[in-house]
Amino acid sequence: MSETAYRVPTMAEMAANNETPEVLFWVGCAGSFDDRYKKVTVAFVKILNSAGVKFAVLGTEESCTGDPARRAGNEFTFQMLAMSNIQVLDMYNVEKIVTACPHCFNTLKNEYPALGGNYEVLHHSEYLQQLIDAGRVRLQGGEVFKGKKITFHDSCYLGRANDVYEAPRHVLEALDADLVEMKRCRTKGLCCGAGGGQMFKEPEPGKKDVNIERIEEALQTGADTIAVACPFCMVMMTDGVKNKEKEQSVKVYDLAELIAQAKGL
Amino acid sequence: MAIVQQIIFIAALGVTAWLIFQRIGIIGKTIRLGKDEDRTDQPGRRLSIMMRVAFGQKKMFDRPLIGFLHFAVYAGFILINIEVLEIVLDGILGTHRIFAGPLGGFYRILIGFFELLALGVLVSCTIFLIRRSVLKVERFQPARHREMNGWPQLDGKLILVFEIVLMIAILTMNAADSALQNLGSAHYPPAGEFLVSQWLKPLVSGWSENALIAYERIAWWIHILGIFVFAVYLTYSKHLHIALAFPNTYFSRLEPKGEMKNMPEITQEVKIMLGLETQTGDAAVPERFGAKDVADLSWKNLMDAYSCTECGRCTTACPANITGKKLSPRKIMMDTRDRLEDVGRIMLANKGEFVNDNKSLLGDYIIEEEILACTTCNACVQECPVLINPLDIILQLRRHKVMDEAHAPGSWNMMFQNLDTNQAPWKFSPGDRFNWASALADSDAGNNSTQS
Repeated sequence: MSETAYRVPTMAEMAANNETPEVLFWVGCAGSFDDRYKKVTVAFVKILNSAGVKFAVLGTEESCTGDPARRAGNEFTFQMLAMSNIQVLDMYNVEKIVTACPHCFNTLKNEYPALGGNYEVLHHSEYLQQLIDAGRVRLQGGEVFKGKKITFHDSCYLGRANDVYEAPRHVLEALDADLVEMKRCRTKGLCCGAGGGQMFKEPEPGKKDVNIERIEEALQTGADTIAVACPFCMVMMTDGVKNKEKEQSVKVYDLAELIAQAKGL
Repeated sequence: MAIVQQIIFIAALGVTAWLIFQRIGIIGKTIRLGKDEDRTDQPGRRLSIMMRVAFGQKKMFDRPLIGFLHFAVYAGFILINIEVLEIVLDGILGTHRIFAGPLGGFYRILIGFFELLALGVLVSCTIFLIRRSVLKVERFQPARHREMNGWPQLDGKLILVFEIVLMIAILTMNAADSALQNLGSAHYPPAGEFLVSQWLKPLVSGWSENALIAYERIAWWIHILGIFVFAVYLTYSKHLHIALAFPNTYFSRLEPKGEMKNMPEITQEVKIMLGLETQTGDAAVPERFGAKDVADLSWKNLMDAYSCTECGRCTTACPANITGKKLSPRKIMMDTRDRLEDVGRIMLANKGEFVNDNKSLLGDYIIEEEILACTTCNACVQECPVLINPLDIILQLRRHKVMDEAHAPGSWNMMFQNLDTNQAPWKFSPGDRFNWASALADSDAGNNSTQS
């Protein structure tokens, strides 16, 4: 793929050239800084490039949406971050946003309007489904995933929080793999254990970690791939697989990575 | 003799009405302690939610067998009340089966239908009692769930025993009545045999007229006094849900579950700090951030607490509880109600005014360890059959802990600091935020991401 030149235009560059993107890709802190999730960011950018989507990112002008602060009870920090972001987004007249993080998605979509920020916000599972349905992302052959068992772990902030259950499954169905469900899925899906600020502190005393409870259920399906759609779920599921010493046989991938693999990107 | 019965009946009815009226007064008063919150928009959508979730019990049918049994008790409870109307009229007027004459042949069919419902209630409540006492359903076990210790566990069983006694009373009363009709007893005009109780008649065969009359009267009194006691007891019990399920679903939240309530009182200050607004006069500083006690919560949070029937579906779905943490969403709701009941008692003892008792919901009822364990996954909110939202309370308590008491786990304080200085929850320089894109310049991006 070395001959393909992938482009990541920033909003600032676009504005300088008097251009308007179709959609702003909100990368998020995990997508920007976390080594594992940076790969998801890269995979998604490759897909956007190959689909010919005119997109842009904020680059260094992006800040945390404030979700972890708000969930941890710190409304001041949340509102400071949110207001700054709204200033930046409105300065560029952003109308449509796509993000690979359900926490960013929920905050931008549901919580920024109360502070004056109104945008059309999509999670990348919804956006990928739209690209597939519109024929802008084509998956031919399907050799890569033929006969492979994939299970999808619902992210709370995508599922229960926003009722997005089907989009990620539609994306996975396009892979021509064998999609198997865990016992607790969709509305009954079990949390990975990282939401609500838990990602940033040690758990309270108990008899088990939440991600271990969840990974045991995922392994029971016999799937060799656990698909996730959230950076926090990615960390928790990956740690769970390591804890069970299954790194060799079971892989955790984000939806975008699976699509990129299927397309050989 | 009849007039004495009438006087006793009217007195009992009056006392019951007065007691219930008192209870409704104090429950309403404590709910109104909560903060204002507008839940009157979109009446059509609200009505439809109430019809499906409360009236149609949609969420109960997630577990079809339990849903069916619960529906039998619920339908019986609602419809048998029509017969209670007849009993009340008979009691006041000293008549016997006042509807039998006007309704003619239809009366027998109607009572037969009520008897069928009564049988349904009897069977369902017996199964429920066995489930609670013998089968040891996990979510009702005090050994596993500390909030079920003592009264809540007894309350759950008492109400079932109550219903069973009431249903046995009404069915055997009808059987005795029918036997008296056969004997041509003066006070028991022919109304016919009824659908279910006709099978109970062998139990009273061979009884004398006086014995039958005595039994019929005793069963009649047990039934109606039982209903009066039940109605008062209800207001103290978890069974208040049979009334509050309706308003509670009607006023439920219509926003996406993921949306946290905004705090507009903070917005102005943030705008001033960001230079978006200049200070005009003295900005009203709220006396308290988040919720420390019940009066800091919204009235809907408080109605939620009174609507909880302690079924524990929330707790069995809670990832923190499943993995042995102290948090139980059911306990959050029960603690909130316990606090409200305590506040109500203080108000009653002080001419309707609340007098500070140096206690608060956060600290004396719910502890920090519980609210810190929440992953905000919304599983509890999703599960509740009457649309209670424990998460909303948890998050308001957290806001108090963190903002008002400035008390947060050390690693959260680190996270806040990172957010304030680097605009990311981790310690990375904001200038490095776009470095990931350089990986795309490499031909083999996937394996070459930089280590930090």
